[in-house]
Amino acid sequence: MHAEEKLTAETFPAEPEKATLEGKNKFIGFWLFLGGETVLFASLFATYLALNKSNGTGPSSQDLFEIPLAFTMTMILLTSSLTSVYAMYHMKNFNFKKMQLWLGLTVLLGAAFLGLEIYEFKHYVHLGHTITGSAFGSAFYLLVGTHGAHVLFGLCWALTIMIRNANRGLDLYNAPKFYVFSLYWHFIDVVWVFIFTVVYLMGMVG
Amino acid sequence: MANNTNNTNVDLAYRRRKSAEEMKQHVISFALMIFLTIIAFIAVGSEQFSPWFVVPFILLLAVIQVILQLYYFMHMNHKGHEAPKMFLFSGILIAAVTVLCFTTIIWW
Repeated sequence: MHAEEKLTAETFPAEPEKATLEGKNKFIGFWLFLGGETVLFASLFATYLALNKSNGTGPSSQDLFEIPLAFTMTMILLTSSLTSVYAMYHMKNFNFKKMQLWLGLTVLLGAAFLGLEIYEFKHYVHLGHTITGSAFGSAFYLLVGTHGAHVLFGLCWALTIMIRNANRGLDLYNAPKFYVFSLYWHFIDVVWVFIFTVVYLMGMVG
Repeated sequence: MANNTNNTNVDLAYRRRKSAEEMKQHVISFALMIFLTIIAFIAVGSEQFSPWFVVPFILLLAVIQVILQLYYFMHMNHKGHEAPKMFLFSGILIAAVTVLCFTTIIWW
């Protein structure tokens, strides 16, 4: 099938993300990238686990972390994972408008998450928890901040492909792009599951 | 690809039903994820359990939740995911060794 061919719901293939060679390559290449991302986050998690008790004179994890904020952020990010699943569901059904709508919701939830994270970091800095304050501070901001940077990048990415393809509609050229974005967004959620468990919940247990 | 019959309308109806079924599975796994998250927060928030129980327990819940994300939301249960599995599991292997190493022998 030709990538820029105008398709209808009847002629749209069942796996549009892998219907062209370019799509297949993107799919494989992106999973390789996610394998690499796993290693990147593993090094940050390992550093955090080694240093999370080394808070020196700064506040400890029990002084800082509170359930309501961590819980709200987790719920927002989990829900944004579901909205991007809905976007892919509408993509497979060749419903471009609904896909854009659900992607838009994903972006809004991601932005809400990022807003809360910025508020959280500001709040911690007021409490004397800074990146240069202690080994615990460095490891914390590096791990959670790298995840936050990934969320920010994901938001810019989603907005770019949404705006770029707004008038084009759905075809086999951009279907892999939307699909790969949804993989990225779920991966961000996978990392957050470990952050809320290892950093926040284990930090409150002590 | 999907042309099992020569009638595209039959194919379309079949595919619509299939993706609707898959969407139902996704909603169920989402409900499970929310449920596991709430259990994890309650286990820590109630302060009723010893750290020796709570820490492995919430880690187990996280692993289950991640498996749901990977296999349902990221479609790793579909055919044609051999290479993705190899990449991801290699990544996880390196990740496990790194975490083990940093928590046991470095900076102690």
